Amino acid sequence: MIEITGLTKRFPGASHPAIDHLTLSVPEGEVCVLIGPSGCGKTTTMRIVNRMIEPDSGTVTVNGSDVMAVDPATLRRHIGYVIQQIGLFPHWTIAENVATVPKLLGWDAGRIAARVDELLALVGMDPATYRDRFPRELSGGQKQRVGVARALAADPPVMLMDEPFGAIDPITRARLQDEFLRILHGLRKTIVFVTHDIDEAIRMGDRIAIMKDGALVQYDTPEAILSAPANAFVEAFVGADRALKRLALIPVGDAADASRALPAGTPSITASASLRDALSQMLAQGVDALAIDGGAPGAVTLAGIRARTRTTPSDEEARSL
Amino acid sequence: MTLFVEAWQFIVAHPERFLSALWTHIALSASALAIAVAIAVPAGVALASSRRAAQFAIAAANVGRTVPSLAVLALVMPILGTGFAPSLFALTLLALPPILINTYTAIRQVEPDVVDAARGMGMTRREIVRKVELPLAAPVIFAGIRIAAVQVISGAVLAAYIGGGGLGDFITAGIAMMALPQLIVGAVPATLLALGADRLFGALQRALTPAGLRT
Repeated sequence: MIEITGLTKRFPGASHPAIDHLTLSVPEGEVCVLIGPSGCGKTTTMRIVNRMIEPDSGTVTVNGSDVMAVDPATLRRHIGYVIQQIGLFPHWTIAENVATVPKLLGWDAGRIAARVDELLALVGMDPATYRDRFPRELSGGQKQRVGVARALAADPPVMLMDEPFGAIDPITRARLQDEFLRILHGLRKTIVFVTHDIDEAIRMGDRIAIMKDGALVQYDTPEAILSAPANAFVEAFVGADRALKRLALIPVGDAADASRALPAGTPSITASASLRDALSQMLAQGVDALAIDGGAPGAVTLAGIRARTRTTPSDEEARSL
Repeated sequence: MTLFVEAWQFIVAHPERFLSALWTHIALSASALAIAVAIAVPAGVALASSRRAAQFAIAAANVGRTVPSLAVLALVMPILGTGFAPSLFALTLLALPPILINTYTAIRQVEPDVVDAARGMGMTRREIVRKVELPLAAPVIFAGIRIAAVQVISGAVLAAYIGGGGLGDFITAGIAMMALPQLIVGAVPATLLALGADRLFGALQRALTPAGLRT
């Protein structure tokens, strides 16, 4: 886990501190998304974790040890690092790029080669095809897959990601987000993920930290932030469509109304689709209820969706979602 | 044509004189180039990370580049006297600017994101220079060495004026005595040396361009 306590950083010549007494705790195995307008301190906060930037005061501990007590290069070799511009080494092959940290750690050649192939396969790139290619031969999406594989190479418990999918076209971005969530599932990494895209934050984050002027405005689960914004700033930041965004987080299967019986021939939807998809389908087909595919009992209804969005769930309920 | 025949006859008549002059020329040029590389490449790398020092050093190098070779030799003579060592010193000065400027420029042109990624993954400053910056800068650095090599071999002809020896001895003697064949004995091999060095460093430059950067 990552514990940030009383963190302050003021850049020379700046009138306001970039980070102002920030305290934040990221539980082990969770994805914490830092989000906020430009200049809110999100990237600075992330870069202090691996000492790319040194704080003026405050402490950061990673899995219990103070980062300031560790040699910066040693510290960074044990923290995965992915940036928007990717920064692949253009003079190295894909395999050499992925092998960067294992090589710095002095792994033997056989272990490195096996690990490179394992990782390329994990990020969906055929090792035999891509191992010996150079970065300039890859598309933007492929480059960032390699960037993610490179960051995962030495199996670091903590990863820092600075807008990793920010420079990629929207369709590829959505696919990479899904794939990344799939990759993370079961790896149990503690991740600090910086973005300025609220949809990405909702999609990727176990928790979202909304920052403004170097301070934390709200830190909670996506569901809680959407249903109960802490103030007008957060409300404006998450957008007028926050009810729809909440629906996008809830699978149809979780909101089925078992008591409602539907006539044969009613349109249906898969249980893994979101309530937002269900709502869209109801509007398009002019119905107020949909059956659930695969023989699941019950139905998803317009009234049920309304009930979900109108009330503010208690914290407990929010967490169970 | 007779001129070249007479020049060849001169070489055949004085083989040890010719070979020793040729050897001095090569030794003088190669040493000057080696010393210049040893100074200018590390200096260029160091300057790339400090903007203020770089402005001063690069301005100085650019001035140095415009001073004619003969003037450099002439300026060194009153201070260091005549002979091999002052010539070596003057030629080293001549070779420094192109190598320094190219190294500095090449390192500055390495993508900041690539360096940021290298740092973020735990490379030390030294590892970043050795594994990332220098390989990516190598083609441009070698272009600088190539320019310096040609300048030094040409400039070494003038070393004869301050008693440095080399092929320039035949040229100055040839001019003084109006002995044109002797002049050719100095001029043609010096030209061939410069051309050869240009080809050699051109080939090295291509060979040292990382495969991932070749298009």
